[in-house]
Amino acid sequence: MPLWLDLLIRIAAVMAGFLVLPLVIGQAEHKVMAHMQGRVGPMYAGAFHGWAQLVADGVKFVQKEDITPRDADRTIFRLAPIVALFPYLIVILTIPIGPGLVAQPLDIGLFLVLAVLGIGVVAVLMSAWASANKYSLLGGVRGAAQMLGYELPLVLAAASVAMAAGTLSLPGIVEAWRPWWLVWQAPAAVVFFVAGLAEIRRPPFDMPIADSELVFGYMTEYTGLRFAFFLLAEYVGIVVIAALTTVLFLGGWHGPFEDHLGWLWTLLKIFALSFVIIWFRVTYPRLREDQLQRLCWLILVPVALAQLVLTVAVKTLT
Amino acid sequence: MTVADVLLLALGVVAVGSGALVVTSSHLVRSGFYLVVSLGALAGLYLVLGAELVAWVQILVYIGAVVVLLLFAVMLTRAPIGPSADLDRPALPAALVGAGAGLGLSALFADAFRWVRYPAPDPATAERMGEEIFGAWVLPFEVLSILLLSALVGAIILSRPDLAAREGSS
Repeated sequence: MPLWLDLLIRIAAVMAGFLVLPLVIGQAEHKVMAHMQGRVGPMYAGAFHGWAQLVADGVKFVQKEDITPRDADRTIFRLAPIVALFPYLIVILTIPIGPGLVAQPLDIGLFLVLAVLGIGVVAVLMSAWASANKYSLLGGVRGAAQMLGYELPLVLAAASVAMAAGTLSLPGIVEAWRPWWLVWQAPAAVVFFVAGLAEIRRPPFDMPIADSELVFGYMTEYTGLRFAFFLLAEYVGIVVIAALTTVLFLGGWHGPFEDHLGWLWTLLKIFALSFVIIWFRVTYPRLREDQLQRLCWLILVPVALAQLVLTVAVKTLT
Repeated sequence: MTVADVLLLALGVVAVGSGALVVTSSHLVRSGFYLVVSLGALAGLYLVLGAELVAWVQILVYIGAVVVLLLFAVMLTRAPIGPSADLDRPALPAALVGAGAGLGLSALFADAFRWVRYPAPDPATAERMGEEIFGAWVLPFEVLSILLLSALVGAIILSRPDLAAREGSS
């Protein structure tokens, strides 16, 4: 296969995953939340159980006027949604779906993922400050404090599994994974998942958005396509966190018939975790700012550190 | 010129240009965002030179944490949108120090290496980095970690007025 064709297929596959998976997750969120709350959710768009609701939403967002507030810092205001979306695109590039099925295998993929996810904070600060709105700024400052804090347990938990596998490559970690790691790495898995939820600012960690007190946090002033970009970033965020938890802690493509159905197992695990993320939103009330920081520094960080000690102990004894 | 040369030059121009904007811009918070661009271009330079791990560490530590803390602190102050007229910057001494350091370093490097061609080192894989850091460089590594630990303890003492008050009363 010539190089350009190979490249084209990879890019097309990543773009397809980048655009389709978040739509599926978004639709699932509408329907799952509705049924958990005793409603039916969207029913009309696309005739069959409202399957085309998000497509209709997308068309609606495109038609809306793109408003930039008069006092805003225009350049930075307009750049922020793109900066918010961009890191996730890079991350999806490195996530292995099946054995050998990855857009760009990297020797230190895990490190790249953690580094690039950190750029998300910059987007939050950009949109918050450039909006010239006090609610936006409050939301942005909350968001930055939350994302900086939760990055620590996230990285520590990922470091634990990398130490257990002895590699920083994501496909390498999946290959080294054994079913008993589900028990051995369980605390790290929980810490990673919870910290990941906080990193993408999903409920119950949506203090930066907090629609009952901050209007919509750092996204308050956004309309039309730029707002849709932020929404897309949120859903891609769910996919990315679910996929990373799957790859690092749930054994990625491992399962019955993994030689042929490996990709299916990965996708199934990603969707199961996404369901849990949606479930959390319906179940738990929003954490207060002090509870949020307390959970991070007094529970998640110590648990992650203890897990590191446990990993080293088991690793040296076996 | 190879592709790598062109990339190095382009990224270098971006890094230096946005670095100059950081110190000359009269938009306070924008300076911080220019710093993000400058450090990002630096990470790109590392990447072109084959130091993948250093590049990602640069992004994780500098863009993801240091600049964000800086922006965070600036946004807690007045930080207006638009240019601030009342910024006073000692432009001439700063330019002298900056240009002097830049020129001095260039002269030093030119003198030390004399345009000798060196073979490129092996690519910096995570494995090789680990062996180097925990083999040949383990002492500086440990000394640095003690430095960071003492900085951490200092920060805790400074930010806890109850600790300082107890020392004063005794």
